[in-house]
Amino acid sequence: MFGFGILSGLTFLPLVGAAFILTQRGDNESSLRNIRWAALLTTVAVFVLSMVGWQRFDPSSAAFQLVEEKSWFGSGLVYKLGVDGFSMPFVLLTTFLMPFSILASWESVTKRVAEYMVAFLVLEALMIGVFCALDLVLFYLFFEGGLIPMFLIIGIWGGKRRVYASFKFFLYTLVGSLLMLIAILAMYNQAGTTDISVLLTTHFPPRMQTWLWLAFFASFAVKLPMWPFHTWLPDAHVEAPTAGSVILAAILLKMGGYGFIRFSLPMFPDASVQFTPLVYALSVIAIVYTSLVALVQDDIKKLIAYSSVAHMGFVTMGLFTMNPQGVQGAMFLMISHGFVSGALFLCVGVIYDRMHTREIAAYGGLVNRMPIYAFAFMVFTMANVGLPGTSGFVGEFLTLVGAFNANSWVALFATTGVILSAAYALYLYRRVVFGALEKASLASITDLSAREVAIFAPLIALTIFYGVRPEPVLDASAASVVNLLQSHSALLDAVKLAAASH
Amino acid sequence: MPFFTQLAHHFLPEVILAAGVLALILIGAWRGERANALVSESAVGVMGLALLAIVLSSHSDASVFDGAYVDDAFSRFVKVVTLVASMVTILLSTDFMRRAHLDKFEYPILILLATLGMLLLISADNLIALYLGLELMSLALYVVAAFARDDVRASEAGLKYFVLGALSSGMMLYGASLLYGFAGTISFTGIAAVVSGSAPIGVVFGLVFVLAGLAFKMSAAPFHMWTPDVYEGAPTPVSAFFASSAKVAAVAIMVRVTLTAFPAMTSQWRQIVVFLAIVSTLLGAFAAIGQTNIKRLMAYSSIGHMGFVLIGLAAASEEGVRGIAIYLVMYSAMTLGAFAAILTMRVDGKPVENISDLAGLSRSRSATAFFLAMLMFSLAGIPPLGGFFAKYYVLLPAVQAGLYPLAVIGVLASAVGAFYYLRIVKVMYFDEPAPVFDPSSRTVGGILALSTIFLLFFWVYPAPLMDAASAAAKSLF
Repeated sequence: MFGFGILSGLTFLPLVGAAFILTQRGDNESSLRNIRWAALLTTVAVFVLSMVGWQRFDPSSAAFQLVEEKSWFGSGLVYKLGVDGFSMPFVLLTTFLMPFSILASWESVTKRVAEYMVAFLVLEALMIGVFCALDLVLFYLFFEGGLIPMFLIIGIWGGKRRVYASFKFFLYTLVGSLLMLIAILAMYNQAGTTDISVLLTTHFPPRMQTWLWLAFFASFAVKLPMWPFHTWLPDAHVEAPTAGSVILAAILLKMGGYGFIRFSLPMFPDASVQFTPLVYALSVIAIVYTSLVALVQDDIKKLIAYSSVAHMGFVTMGLFTMNPQGVQGAMFLMISHGFVSGALFLCVGVIYDRMHTREIAAYGGLVNRMPIYAFAFMVFTMANVGLPGTSGFVGEFLTLVGAFNANSWVALFATTGVILSAAYALYLYRRVVFGALEKASLASITDLSAREVAIFAPLIALTIFYGVRPEPVLDASAASVVNLLQSHSALLDAVKLAAASH
Repeated sequence: MPFFTQLAHHFLPEVILAAGVLALILIGAWRGERANALVSESAVGVMGLALLAIVLSSHSDASVFDGAYVDDAFSRFVKVVTLVASMVTILLSTDFMRRAHLDKFEYPILILLATLGMLLLISADNLIALYLGLELMSLALYVVAAFARDDVRASEAGLKYFVLGALSSGMMLYGASLLYGFAGTISFTGIAAVVSGSAPIGVVFGLVFVLAGLAFKMSAAPFHMWTPDVYEGAPTPVSAFFASSAKVAAVAIMVRVTLTAFPAMTSQWRQIVVFLAIVSTLLGAFAAIGQTNIKRLMAYSSIGHMGFVLIGLAAASEEGVRGIAIYLVMYSAMTLGAFAAILTMRVDGKPVENISDLAGLSRSRSATAFFLAMLMFSLAGIPPLGGFFAKYYVLLPAVQAGLYPLAVIGVLASAVGAFYYLRIVKVMYFDEPAPVFDPSSRTVGGILALSTIFLLFFWVYPAPLMDAASAAAKSLF
């Protein structure tokens, strides 16, 4: 339509919904209903459109597909969108999870509903744009533009310390991405273009790669987040409203991983090899240390936030093993963590909506009054632990296999993280769900409503389905992974040959 | 009559403004107080005519008055920005000045005179023309700064600006005399020809003094001392005028002097510009953190933004000038929008200026709060707002010129700056409401809305501005 393709449609359709919501004035019941339904229908429409895109997508090819290009700001910033095996899964993850986060806010958000929905729809547009952008500066526009809606979501609809959390989130991420901006400018200066598909075949001088890698690392390590740049995450998670936490854990964090796989690994191969020990060390520390930290948390959301940091440690470890198992495992783990951590935050949201506290000590014995909830929470806890048969297992297992191939010491330490994750997750589950229902405040707590069941059922189904049959996700990125590793080893061989011939 | 044809083709905007000033003074003197509204509206009309004269001109380059003034794409571009900013200033002023009982017919005339000075300054192609334009602008500005003559703060602002401004004019004159003495010519191109080999030490000294004088006018640190006090003390629309038009003109002449008179001395003046840029961005970022008065905050913010403009200048390239041209447009839109928002801050008929007065604005005046929030994000340089593209296009040439440390310091300063811009958003959106503001005038609200919409949707169709900026940059090289 108008010369724009399906990816533009995906990116800008949420904005159409947002524009419609802005026309709704007044706080009466009927306009609130219109606003909520408009937001839900928009996100569902975007999801349907993304399924159409998925139908047209050929997972057996490593090339960029559904590409559209328009001249825009002249050289240095063209409007170019496209997807490959690395980005398509993330686009689908985003479009799939958005309706759930809208549904999760259906009743819990009562103040400034229109602004809330607009913020989420704008955020969705920007997130899809991040994964579709094939121009480096365009990517940056979407990447950093997402800070504005998320800042407002945490700051307006967040908890008690929301101001602190929102500032920390914004400024941390901003500093990282501004350094990346300088690196982007330097790359443009060197290569004469910001087209990602051209930059992927450009070989930057090794010395320059080191600096570029570090600048991109500053951005992605904060975004992912990696230890020791993770401290904004627990604050942001704890204070954000439920749907904000879901999007933060499920999609915003993945932008860091996506950035590594899209830029750092293929564009700076020499620097990536050079910095692999650093990434390994940070990953292992993240896995072990943050798991231990998670063990002693009193706040359910904070515990899940630390567990996210630990899981992202598996992701970075897998990515930098640079073997098929590791990279594919990292891709799978990111997608699976998207469902599972999102669902875990939704689980917290369910009891938070009823009791308005996230203290673990305030709960106990929920299974007596909320059996369906206990079941849903159980599935996601097990997936978070990485129990075989759930999607959490596949990713962790593959990254560990990859790590064993690359460096068995790293794998050895990382494996302890699996045990620790079982410890903190099961300990949390026992304290919240099992035991006798002693607290008087919990005596009248109600089980999941039909709306909540409708939210959890598809997530449970997917978690188990991908645990048993991981092929759909693995195949989607397989060709791209092979392509990445081939060009990577070819480049490294060339460097070795050059070194040998001297 | 070739002289008059030339005048009509290449000097028409200035002629229109000068004739307009004389006519309006007559009307004002004849009709007295009754003429206020008429003079104010006519002043906008006169500037509109001048704007038309530029837009509809033949767009050919020429110099007039024996090379004293040059009419090229760069001067036309900056003049359009200046004229639009001055028109907006008068539109912003009407309501404020009437309520403050400052609605005298001299005010729009002084703004018009200052604008005439700015146009002369932007076109100046030799040292005499530069000084004439600069002084015409400054003298009018001294008066409008102290226009609220019964107000202690405004008088202080005017006096401070006058004393420091006279000092900087003196420095500039001294520098200009050194340049003339050692180069033997006052024309910029003539100086460029003389110093193309090895520059005499006197020329270097002259360059330093001239740059210091100009840095004062654009309030680049460490010549910024007057800015916060003058912004705070002067009537708010006047502060808007200082922050927009006056800076735009000062930046334009800084660019022209460095690039057309001293292209061979780039390595010498680049050190100065880099120093000014670093100090300005850092000072703008850190000194603004502690401010509670929003006008003072805007003053420090403008110092920081001038630092960014200088980052573009330090590159000394065509891309750098293009970046500066884009920056001036975005900066003017952001500044005028922000001052329009400040003008809506009025409780029980009295203007308020503290940041805490904005508390909870998103609930009492959701549209104003939204526009001001977007302006703040734009000032912080967050994409996809216009302020980001401004920063992007000045950082790019700096990186191309290999000025990595400068670029990194610039972005880190802008991250610090983001903190205080965010604080305003926080006050409006996250805090409990303060007393509700009075309804604002339609003009002020309209200007706020227009500037925000321009910044918010600039990315939709950037081509016209980008092309104009490229053409402007090309004409200097």
